[in-house]
Amino acid sequence: MSAPRDYEDIPGTYVYDAERGRVGYTLNMFCMSLNKPENRAAFKADEAQYLDRFPLSAGQRAAVLARDWLGMLKVGGNIYYTIKIAFCDGLTFQDVAGMMCGMPKEEYAKMMLAGGRSPAGNLYKERE
Amino acid sequence: MARIVGGIACSHVPAIGAALDKGSSGNPYWAPYFAGLAPAREWLARLKPDVAILVYNDHANAFSLEIIPTFLLGVAPEFPVADEGFGPRPVPKVIGHPKFAWSLVEALILDEFDMTIANEMPVDHGLTVPLSVTCGQVPEWPFKVIPLCVNVVQYPPPTGLRCYKLGQAMARAVAAYPEDLRVVIYGTGGMSHQLQGERAGFVNREFDQAFLESMVNDPERLTKLSHTQYMREGGSEGIEMVMWLTMRGAMGGQVREAYRFYHVPTSNTAAGLLCVEPTP
Repeated sequence: MSAPRDYEDIPGTYVYDAERGRVGYTLNMFCMSLNKPENRAAFKADEAQYLDRFPLSAGQRAAVLARDWLGMLKVGGNIYYTIKIAFCDGLTFQDVAGMMCGMPKEEYAKMMLAGGRSPAGNLYKERE
Repeated sequence: MARIVGGIACSHVPAIGAALDKGSSGNPYWAPYFAGLAPAREWLARLKPDVAILVYNDHANAFSLEIIPTFLLGVAPEFPVADEGFGPRPVPKVIGHPKFAWSLVEALILDEFDMTIANEMPVDHGLTVPLSVTCGQVPEWPFKVIPLCVNVVQYPPPTGLRCYKLGQAMARAVAAYPEDLRVVIYGTGGMSHQLQGERAGFVNREFDQAFLESMVNDPERLTKLSHTQYMREGGSEGIEMVMWLTMRGAMGGQVREAYRFYHVPTSNTAAGLLCVEPTP
């Protein structure tokens, strides 16, 4: 019996479940490889060539090269893994969080200081 | 015999460790948070634990997606501090208690909890930040540590109820150990937060306050929360709070609350801290 995916109506959320794990595995393992300094150096030296080592889909490859953080989640990226690319670029978690929700860095930081993103209106996707 | 003398629930946000390591814990952003930790540190020091069982999750450091253990117990004599991409945190190495840890593994597996056994593994901020939160900056950690690592990165994590029952089994396993040991148990992670997607930055103060209250007085309510409820109301990464229930299960039916603290924000997250003692 497969589990019901009753979390799909949570807005702006990409649960790393079996479906995403199945398509995202190679993308996330590429990210994992960046834990090693020699791999970070090789990736920085020639990103396209380094990515050839991993059997990524065209969409995954494009999302990585464009640093499309939200796009990576949509093609199976897991945030604990894709954040390793950001760390390699010298970005912080908060930088990436802001980019994923399309907010300028300062505005995102201000929202967090004011208590974070409110649950009001953010628990369910808008009904069609 | 060994006995559990205290339970701690606490967040393990990496930025908390970084603030200590970089000496910025006294700045205006962090000072109110760190001020709130002092009573918990004093309480823990008075308990004089010999060993801590620390329930946490790894964040793609010791493990990746190649093999994903749902519950894992570390039986090593020591656990190196992981390099998470910027060099290891400048904190003492973590000393284990192999004899006690192996006895827990045996007891838990024979009690039908199928633990994975780790003879070697590094430990990341998920384990070292709670130690820093409750012990401060010290030349060596004041007690031995047995890591209990739970998968919360690949969905589905174990249910809250399963985590709670593991805690109950842990209490039996501790009580069966013949040597005198004072044991504390940590449940870490949370509180509400979301690190991904357009809803990043989500914090639900009301959910967190109710969770803290039920951790003390009505843990059975929490064992009925579904994964979707955690993710919807506590944020996608707030699901880590299932790990708090292992601590609470180990503490038994009634507890005495020793300390409670809640603070927003620590980086992208709401941070909670709860200290409880067993009742006679």
